[in-house]
Amino acid sequence: MTLMTAAKRSSGPRAGAGPRRDHGVWFLVLPALIPILVLSVGPLLYGVALAFTDAQSGRTEPTQWVGLLNFADLFRDTLFWDSFRIGLVWALGVTVPQFFLALGLALLLNEKLRLRWLARALAIVPWAMPEVVVGIMWRLVYHPDAGVLNETLRSFGLGEGRDWLSGLATALPAVIVVGIWSGLPQTTMPLLAGLQNVPRELHEAAAMDGAGAWRRFRTVTWPALRPVALAISALNFIWNFNSFALVFVLTDGGPGGRTRLPMLFAYEEAFRYGQFGYAAAMGLAMVAVVAILLAVYLAGRLRTGEDDR
Amino acid sequence: MTARRRRTAATRTAQYLALLCYLLFLLVPFLWLVSTAFKPPRELGSIDPTWVPHDPTLANFRAAFDEQPLLGAAANSLLAAAGAALLAVVVATPMAYVLARFRTRLARAATGWVVVSQAFPLVLVIIPLFLLLKALHLVDSLGGLTLVYVVWSLPFALWMLTGYVRAVPAELEEAAAVDGAGRVRTLVSVTAPLLVPGIVATGLFAFITAWNEFFFALVLLKSPEKQTMPVVLTHFLGAEGAADLGPLAAAALLATVPSLLLFAVIQRRITGGMLAGAVKS
Repeated sequence: MTLMTAAKRSSGPRAGAGPRRDHGVWFLVLPALIPILVLSVGPLLYGVALAFTDAQSGRTEPTQWVGLLNFADLFRDTLFWDSFRIGLVWALGVTVPQFFLALGLALLLNEKLRLRWLARALAIVPWAMPEVVVGIMWRLVYHPDAGVLNETLRSFGLGEGRDWLSGLATALPAVIVVGIWSGLPQTTMPLLAGLQNVPRELHEAAAMDGAGAWRRFRTVTWPALRPVALAISALNFIWNFNSFALVFVLTDGGPGGRTRLPMLFAYEEAFRYGQFGYAAAMGLAMVAVVAILLAVYLAGRLRTGEDDR
Repeated sequence: MTARRRRTAATRTAQYLALLCYLLFLLVPFLWLVSTAFKPPRELGSIDPTWVPHDPTLANFRAAFDEQPLLGAAANSLLAAAGAALLAVVVATPMAYVLARFRTRLARAATGWVVVSQAFPLVLVIIPLFLLLKALHLVDSLGGLTLVYVVWSLPFALWMLTGYVRAVPAELEEAAAVDGAGRVRTLVSVTAPLLVPGIVATGLFAFITAWNEFFFALVLLKSPEKQTMPVVLTHFLGAEGAADLGPLAAAALLATVPSLLLFAVIQRRITGGMLAGAVKS
């Protein structure tokens, strides 16, 4: 969503009808600005500050500044590192396949196929569903006895099936599949929008010159699609790394912490054990890692982009 | 030539096959949810579950209402989502107007913030929010949750509404001004009527987001009688035996119906808006 705002802003003011300067309009901004300040900017800054305190829930003594103590503890907390690693595996494991699947679906939906309207409409279903319902639904799919997955495996004679969500080896891959499923429409739609932005004449010209499908994709489609692809994959990575509800419902971090994403860990720390300061420090560490990874990714991508040209 | 035509035909077939695979992947879990919701306990327990229930039943829905306060949860969700949607469009529309028509640094900064704040994990926001709302006696209150939802839906609301305002030609407003209409009069009688469909779509989208939301509701609502639908749904979870799956599926299906219906209404506008947004860039 945000990527479209960014894209639109870069288009700049149109001549004549475009935005103009005016200082008498601030009162139109206030109704939205006040809630943003009070319920978003304020809390976030406060949250960052909490990371440097020993704040706990329901404590009577005053909260103290403890400097970097929380981070020092975090650094030694092997459970947190495990959770962090799982979070990265999950975020990459969802974002990368999801991107390629979404690209494939977008390319298909961009073709003149019959029933395309139906496919487009139905592809939206995961988007509209509450995350909790998505989790419940996949629990039904994965259910060891009454689940459709094991039933299908049995009917094809591929063994007796297993308890996917409580198996130590299968739990993380199983939740990753759910993550891919639930974000597919949100990823497909911007890509489809980007595809429809590719000039048709260029395609035709390339086809006239005898370029095959792959060559046309490489030289015509991909350059036009690249900004959208970059933005959506970066955003997806952030959202996935910070995701909570899906896995909370599917496994609640189990079995044995094998699917305990950083957000689940921080949630437990804050609201089960009341360690507000420590949980805030975890949140800050998550921001830092995401920021560094994204900076490296975007810098690398942008550089290769210049080489291409 | 025929070889070429044969190759196009083969490509087409492959494309339809691929599309079919996608649709299966996207729809099978959902169809299984529907199927489970209508199965009697005996069939749920059978080792050979079928796609179409032999004896479709509504008993699971009745059981779901008996097990958990679903009606109350639906009412809570409705209140919070409708309140959030209404407030969100009321506060976002003027700002979107400014974003589309003027260049003020304040509005830019606010939008920038809304975008940036998306990247932060909710845990960093929820602890201070929890403390703040507690100080205001708004924890465990639907009012407090509604306020959080308003702010939370602003990024998308602002993005959508700014697009809709841009689609209203500024020339119309200028013409009204030339005819002697004041700024307020112009906004009320020229711009606002043209924005109504966009405002409705934005409000419905905000409604769906709030109806579906889980994390804030989980943290901020403690009393069972105040909890919203997604939170109450999780009370069905546990080490469920096969027989408990029916009510679980039935409740989950009921919670999805409003979102799906409303999404079907605005789907064209959402994807259409996205397409338009991309084309403009």
